Amino acid sequence: MSMTRKFRGAALGLAGALGLGAGLALLPAAQPAAAPTEVAEFSGPRIVAMRRITEAQYRSAIADIFGPDIRVAGRFEPVVRPVHEMLASGARDASISPAGLEQFDAIARVISAQVFDDAHRAQFVPCQPADAARADAACAAATLAPIGRLIYRRALTPAEQAFYVKLAGDAAAPTGSFHKGLELALSAMLVSPHFLYVVEKAEPDPARPGHLRLDNYTRATRLAMMLWNSTPNEMLLKAAEEGKLTDQAQLDAIAARMVASPRFEAGVRAFFGDMLLFEKFDALAKDPVIYPYFNQDVAKAMPEQLLRTVTGHLLAKNGDYRALFTTPETFMTRSLGALYKVPVRHASGWEPYTFAPGDDRAGLLGQAGFLAMYSHSGRSSPTLRGRAIRELLMCQVVPDPPGNVNFTAVQDTTNKAMPTARIRLTAHNTDEVCAGCHKITDPPGLSLERFDGIGAARLNENDAPIDAGGVLDSAVFEGATGLGKTLAASPDTTQCVSARALQYATGLGSEAVSPWVEELDKQFAASGYGIRALFLKVATMPETWAVPAAPLDKGASHVTMASTRR
Amino acid sequence: MSIDLSRRTALKGMLNGAAITVGVPLLDVMLDTNGEAFAATGAPVPVRFGTWFWGLGVNPSRWFPSKAGPNYDLKPELEPIRTLQSKINVLGNFTVPLDGAPNLPHTSGGPAIRTGRALTADRGLPGESFDVTISDQIGTRTRFRSLELSASGDPRNSLSGRGGGNLNPSEVSAAALYQRIFGLGFKDPNSATFTPDPLVMARRSVLSSVTDQRAVLDRMVGAADKAKLDQYYTSVRALENQLDVELTKPEPLQSCVVPKAARDLPVNAEIENVIVSHKLMTDLLVMALACDQTRVFNMMFNNGASSLTRIGSTITHHQLTHEEVLDNRLGYQPNATYFLTKIMEAWVHFVSALDAVKEGSRTLLDNTLVLAHSETEFAKFHTIDNIPMMTAGSAGGRMKTGIYVDGIGTPVSRVGLTLQQVMGVPLDKWGTKSMETNRPLGEILA
Repeated sequence: MSMTRKFRGAALGLAGALGLGAGLALLPAAQPAAAPTEVAEFSGPRIVAMRRITEAQYRSAIADIFGPDIRVAGRFEPVVRPVHEMLASGARDASISPAGLEQFDAIARVISAQVFDDAHRAQFVPCQPADAARADAACAAATLAPIGRLIYRRALTPAEQAFYVKLAGDAAAPTGSFHKGLELALSAMLVSPHFLYVVEKAEPDPARPGHLRLDNYTRATRLAMMLWNSTPNEMLLKAAEEGKLTDQAQLDAIAARMVASPRFEAGVRAFFGDMLLFEKFDALAKDPVIYPYFNQDVAKAMPEQLLRTVTGHLLAKNGDYRALFTTPETFMTRSLGALYKVPVRHASGWEPYTFAPGDDRAGLLGQAGFLAMYSHSGRSSPTLRGRAIRELLMCQVVPDPPGNVNFTAVQDTTNKAMPTARIRLTAHNTDEVCAGCHKITDPPGLSLERFDGIGAARLNENDAPIDAGGVLDSAVFEGATGLGKTLAASPDTTQCVSARALQYATGLGSEAVSPWVEELDKQFAASGYGIRALFLKVATMPETWAVPAAPLDKGASHVTMASTRR
Repeated sequence: MSIDLSRRTALKGMLNGAAITVGVPLLDVMLDTNGEAFAATGAPVPVRFGTWFWGLGVNPSRWFPSKAGPNYDLKPELEPIRTLQSKINVLGNFTVPLDGAPNLPHTSGGPAIRTGRALTADRGLPGESFDVTISDQIGTRTRFRSLELSASGDPRNSLSGRGGGNLNPSEVSAAALYQRIFGLGFKDPNSATFTPDPLVMARRSVLSSVTDQRAVLDRMVGAADKAKLDQYYTSVRALENQLDVELTKPEPLQSCVVPKAARDLPVNAEIENVIVSHKLMTDLLVMALACDQTRVFNMMFNNGASSLTRIGSTITHHQLTHEEVLDNRLGYQPNATYFLTKIMEAWVHFVSALDAVKEGSRTLLDNTLVLAHSETEFAKFHTIDNIPMMTAGSAGGRMKTGIYVDGIGTPVSRVGLTLQQVMGVPLDKWGTKSMETNRPLGEILA
């Protein structure tokens, strides 16, 4: 304890020396666990979360700050998804490895070389250096301060600004170029933890003494990342500077404007990409011998078709979330048309398409993207599909197969005695150990059996007619249309998307957000299940902006590796 | 530390002056007569460490030797290593006690071998993997602290990291790997001239000042974020080191021959493509080692629940191991075993490629220690005791080779302990709970 005290004293002194005020007295890392009295003592900003920005957020931030013509080239260290959770929650655990930083550094250098090249520098350098071959502190400050504010998502402190100006000056001398100096300073900003991580800070909540709340800049960034999947723009930074985002009425108004903006589409796409595990599309592979219609065009179009269906229905039409499981409306390209066996007029691009009632294509689950993703490389899988329905859309956890299970009962697809998946799985399920889980996954999945491993329609498997009867909990139905109606009627699907929205916004895990889900779902229902209303509610509910008085968590000590699940 | 300081001082000097050109001695006088040290400086030839992973184990009765000790017998599935047998140890009959933690299929075995700990949840590495500990020991002065490679794609296919949210992602493309090692920033150790790049000097000083900002952040974070920041700054130091190396005249290296650029391949898990990708990456890795760009590597041939496919097959390697019927006449699953045969051929290719590079009287393989292992014994039943493992190379004469080591049911952490001790990590015990051990494998210590 005495050591802790000493450390605190030293820290205070240093903070003062750096010109950062006396507000940094609290040392959460050095405190014995979670003493509430510490909060009462607390009087300055405290970092409560560091969330790695994703590749998409990085790219849109650069495009927003420097313009879409600045090329972002390189490979990004992936954020790893915790099992059954959102990538947004993995981002909260993600560290940056040496190989990852090496890549971020290379990407940063490509960007800053473009920003200060002959073609672009006039946009970003508001002054003429006294001598382009030497350092010029005033002009460097005039250039770097506004850029730094956008990259750090808050104004640079005087110490930070002085640091980057000095850095630009130091680098101008050996390289013999004022602009090279700026370039190196910008590269340093782009590999700074303040940029690569969304740094969330808390401050004492004046309304509730002893409690903390997220500060204005943190709110600006969270709103921008959650609703627009990008970095805060001038409007948000200004609102933060003016303290508007901790005022409930002003927060409500700003968030309402944001979900009404066309930029909300990027946010909705990113959210569903996270919720539906779109990173799996990177690795989607199908056997070309078995599926000649599967090619790179089709592989690229599959996730895009799902997203266009989502945004077309939820945004363009302000549709009811539940109808995402029943709508026959979607969008097509020529290459998808071949897979679906439907006519597509335009040789390139997307066009709206409405399935006929007899097609049994209903909503997201009737689309090739879902059907192909939850199949094997050479055949369909009722088990994988059923598991995805339960886990992704209903937020239920299906247990893993036991470690010592014997799978011999599942026969190969060429076995003439067992032509269909239903028959093969029934044979497999004579084993009681297996039957326990398959009873959960297979009955809903079997209703999608009239679509093969890439989602093309079929009536037979190995010349035997397919029975597309399905069961989900107490509901009995037929085909994809029946499954869609059942999901639309299930309270689990709307609660699930409510929970995911909370996790997406906060980066917290399922358990942490669970106390808020029921109430949020009620409000979602009251709005007619509109996605704008859901995100507006999430963005404005005071619970998501409060910070528990105790430290949030001890942090995960694990990271998920390459998923071994299928 | 003193080396770092002198380097920094030297750099400051260089920053103020112009680029320097330095001549190097002739190639034929670079090594002493035994090839164990550089003639010019007397510095020992570096010893390297790496891992080579394959998923889904073996058919145990067709792979493990029956007889422990030297001159072990080769069963059909191990037959491909015959010409290299004298340089390869086989390790069998070690256990993975999980102390009540569940055996997560294809997930528990690999991390147990690498970290000496049982996974308690399906969230990845439960602690620091030993390759990282070893790279802290031997990898801090090369350009790359370590190189992670995955021949079957997916950067998340990796068993290397410090735990706590940290996993070293794998390089998945040979073409990108070439650029990373031999592209911009590579200094040919055998080049007659050496010119430090002034821009690299400037970047180097930029990075060290980034670290100077650290104190401010450190004071505001909680424990979990502090760990992330620590790892971030460790990564910054690795990058600083990389630039230091680019600014330092390299030791000439006889066996370093800069390879040609690797061609672009699709990144997928189709077996024939994986074999080519593995060959291309192996060739680049071998030269990265010979040119002393790194001393630590991790190669993943496939992943744990192997997603390898074969044109015309409806299911993957993983599904075959579970679903294919055991052929009563053969006594194994022929289609699943097809992949194992390809894997063992790839391993032999890998070891041969290391052995083909001469370093004085030895080979690069002799100056290396590679651990090859899988994540399961027999995939059909997800068994994790008796996971197949091999070592290749003698770590510069520090290990005996050509031996089958029977673990007689002792914990697998003995292997990790032995490797780390051989590579100079000061450790007397390693692993946690039932996997804690202080008993290295005496049979193979030289």
